[in-house]
Amino acid sequence: MSLLEIQNLNVRFGGKDAIPVVEGLDLTIDQGEVLAIVGESGSGKSVTMMSVMGLIEAPGEVTANRLNFAGQDLLKLKGRARRQLIGKDLSMVFQDPMTALNPSYTVGYQIEEVIHQHLGLRGREARQRALQLLERVEIPGAASRLSAYPHQLSGGMSQRVAIAMAIAAEPKLLIADEPTTALDVTIQAQIMDLLLNLQRDEGMALILITHDLAVVAETAQRVCVMYAGQAVETGVVPDIFQAPKHPYTEALLAAIPEHSLGERLSTLPGIVPGRYDRPKGCLLSPRCPYAQPRCLERPALEPYTHNGISGSVRCFFPRNLNPEQWPEVLPESQRPSHLPGEAHGRA
Amino acid sequence: MERTLPQGAQVEDQVILYPSPYKEFWKAFSHNKGAVGGLLFMTIIVVCALFAPWVAPHDPSEQFRDFLLTPPSWLEGGTTQFLLGTDELGRDLLSRLIHGARLSLMIGLASVICSLIPGILLGLIAGFSPTRAGPFIMRLMDIMLALPSLLLAVAIVAILGPGLSNTVIAIAIVSLPSYVRLTRAAVMGEVNRDYVTAARLAGAGPLRLMFVTVLPNCMAPLIVQATLSFSSAILDAAALGFLGLGVQPPTPEWGTMLASARDYIERAWWVVTLPGLTILLSVLAINLMGDGLRDALDPRLKVQS
Amino acid sequence: MFSFIARRLGLLIPTFFGVTLLTFSLIRMIPGDPVEVMMGERRVDPQMHAEALHRLGLDKPLYQQYFDYLSNLAHGNLGESLITRDNVWHEFTTLFPATLELALCAMIFATVLGLLAGVIAALRRGSLFDHGVMGISLTGFSMPIFWWGLILIMFFSVQLGWTPVSGRIDLLYDIEPKTGFMLIDSLLSDEEGAFMDALHHLILPSIVLGTIPLAVIARMTRSAMLEVLREDYVRTAKAKGLSPARVVFIHALRNALIPVLTVLGLQVGSLLAGAVLTETIFSWPGVGKWLIDAISRRDYPVVQNGILLIATLVIVVNFVVDILYGFANPRIRHQR
Repeated sequence: MSLLEIQNLNVRFGGKDAIPVVEGLDLTIDQGEVLAIVGESGSGKSVTMMSVMGLIEAPGEVTANRLNFAGQDLLKLKGRARRQLIGKDLSMVFQDPMTALNPSYTVGYQIEEVIHQHLGLRGREARQRALQLLERVEIPGAASRLSAYPHQLSGGMSQRVAIAMAIAAEPKLLIADEPTTALDVTIQAQIMDLLLNLQRDEGMALILITHDLAVVAETAQRVCVMYAGQAVETGVVPDIFQAPKHPYTEALLAAIPEHSLGERLSTLPGIVPGRYDRPKGCLLSPRCPYAQPRCLERPALEPYTHNGISGSVRCFFPRNLNPEQWPEVLPESQRPSHLPGEAHGRA
Repeated sequence: MERTLPQGAQVEDQVILYPSPYKEFWKAFSHNKGAVGGLLFMTIIVVCALFAPWVAPHDPSEQFRDFLLTPPSWLEGGTTQFLLGTDELGRDLLSRLIHGARLSLMIGLASVICSLIPGILLGLIAGFSPTRAGPFIMRLMDIMLALPSLLLAVAIVAILGPGLSNTVIAIAIVSLPSYVRLTRAAVMGEVNRDYVTAARLAGAGPLRLMFVTVLPNCMAPLIVQATLSFSSAILDAAALGFLGLGVQPPTPEWGTMLASARDYIERAWWVVTLPGLTILLSVLAINLMGDGLRDALDPRLKVQS
Repeated sequence: MFSFIARRLGLLIPTFFGVTLLTFSLIRMIPGDPVEVMMGERRVDPQMHAEALHRLGLDKPLYQQYFDYLSNLAHGNLGESLITRDNVWHEFTTLFPATLELALCAMIFATVLGLLAGVIAALRRGSLFDHGVMGISLTGFSMPIFWWGLILIMFFSVQLGWTPVSGRIDLLYDIEPKTGFMLIDSLLSDEEGAFMDALHHLILPSIVLGTIPLAVIARMTRSAMLEVLREDYVRTAKAKGLSPARVVFIHALRNALIPVLTVLGLQVGSLLAGAVLTETIFSWPGVGKWLIDAISRRDYPVVQNGILLIATLVIVVNFVVDILYGFANPRIRHQR
């Protein structure tokens, strides 16, 4: 049984008719696995994880056919029962460490708070444990940092503290939401290494939200690519890098500098559709170089097995899979986004 | 590319009609129901004040000796001759309130003008001279702020003696520091922007920089502050009148009316209630307008709320 | 922390001297001849006039007069009242506890209710309660408190007879002033029911004086809470699995208190101004009423140094608030 199972997750803000920020998302992660979620800003990565954590508040609305963590139905867990789970078995590290810590309390207080809440330790025991944690996340001079205030720490240091808080109660699953985006480049690798070491040593599962594919290639076992609130492809590393199935994944890979030796980086034209210009059919179709008339319908996320490797893809004409079934690539003027009379948004 | 575009899909946003700033302002302002209500109420008050001699049913100081402390017309013993009743000297309350509006608005307007102009000037100087005149001016303002506004006004009136013009002077002096501080803060925020540097490089002199380049961009908070200090001027003037230090009787000033009504608290609730209610409603209306103005003028605050 | 206090102290001293300069010149701005004004009579005999000028030190050059004034202040000599011939400092210290007692009660009333209303309004943003709090607080903010006091007296004292109309305690009781605080003195005395009576006398004045601070605090708390609740660290606190009460009060309110505390400090000044009006309405024997009485009696030494004392008080309170602010906000405390 998977540690976390998500089936048909939808997150909306403001009423039934509102356009979902996350739409029909399926995802699983096993114990001790590292899963990367990749996508542009606004693709719904963070919102998905916030809804797992139960941090989506009214007017936000979370629905799912299944949202199970370690055999418990998260949607049915309310109030105290849910709070006993989050921060303990299920914890999260956020993007900007400089704002994620409360400026009014010392580092020690904020770590001990978790220890007290979930492990029931107080006083010296709690302090001892907090100290161990700071050492665990490789903070130099850990003992003196306990009484430091967040504004006295650098970004990298703050992120280490945030990680210490997240692993304080030995979680089964740690969600790291772009844990290095806000940091200096030199610090990014250190934090990444720290997270992976912790993951390996503690045997916990790790969900890594990122838009850095290079990091994914080095760290994750599986990848979920999201676009405009939908999962468009899931697959295993390194297959997904060698043979991406979805045109969007292909485009993302083509945009990595390492992949295009000396050539001009290729980019997708246009931008991610917003709330008001969502295409009727496949969400990528206005930007997709391979778009066909059929792409005016909405594709589903279909599982496949190819050469013994399984994954899933949300495309009528997946790349690197059954190339004999591909229709001819249409000239730009004949692609659905330019066909007259269609309710397509402006690309 | 143009050729392949089908006819229906002509580019829509070739000519963008930007709405005029006044229209946009009104749209934002009228969105706030409280602000519109305040504006309506104030319009009525202003009309009453402007045309007081024609609107008021009686002369405000005419004493009807046979009608001392007549209750309002809808109560037992009231007459339609005196809609809101009469005071202890038989003067028509409604007429006095209407003439009082004239006085209150005049005090408010005069004191706002008398403090706004020097306040902006001092604030501009302080903002443009952050090392020399600035600290001196700000220190001076700190000293004035150390005294609670009403107390400073009381002190000034105590020295200058009570009366209409001294009330205006006292209130103007009291509200000076907030304009200076506000202008200075706004100037400090703008003065290092690129457009100011550009104007400076283009050879604009200090006066032009101050009044033409920077000042228009600092007006939004000042307009809001002017509204708010208009309302507090009315309050302070009424308070001074109540303490017997403001406009002197028999002039129909709202605060002064309350002071003389105190003795009738057990017998005639209307002489106590109505002047104060008028003050409250006017001040509330102006403050509501101020809130609406702030929301409409300051986009940053608009996003927050 | 020490350098922080030292820096604030450095700002305090010039402000204090500025205020002495203000009160010094205040008296010299009285229109008319100072001796005639002081003596309250016209056409004083020239010889006596010169003597009086000399006695008052008014024949010396202006800067000399100012230094005399300062040295008098430094020696604790604040002059004496023209009416009662009593020492101004003594009068002030006798009356001040009454004002302090009233102001403290008003502030407690305003803070407790204002924080509570503000927090709940922020948590239930857009609800009926929220709109109610915002409407009431704007009304409170616009309130002419001298009228508000009269209305409350009219309703609760005259109509319902629940509360006394004026004073600090019923004349039936003879309370020996030990601390100057009627609530404490009445407890210390053996008189039965005196404490309850003193408390009864405090209710209406406290409500009247607390109305505007209450409105300001409620509004400020609400907007500060709304801002803070959006912060990342509140999300972190929720992600720790802490109880909602802990998230709101320990993590959010603690940070929202910082701007509220500033506003609270600024309210102290207007609280004293409000005390002038409140004390006048309720015949409360405090420094506000004392000052107004002195003005109407043209008791200039009392006016001059009474204002100086009150201004000094405001400066000191603002200083204390600044220091407290430093304690509440570690980022400021560590600033260099």
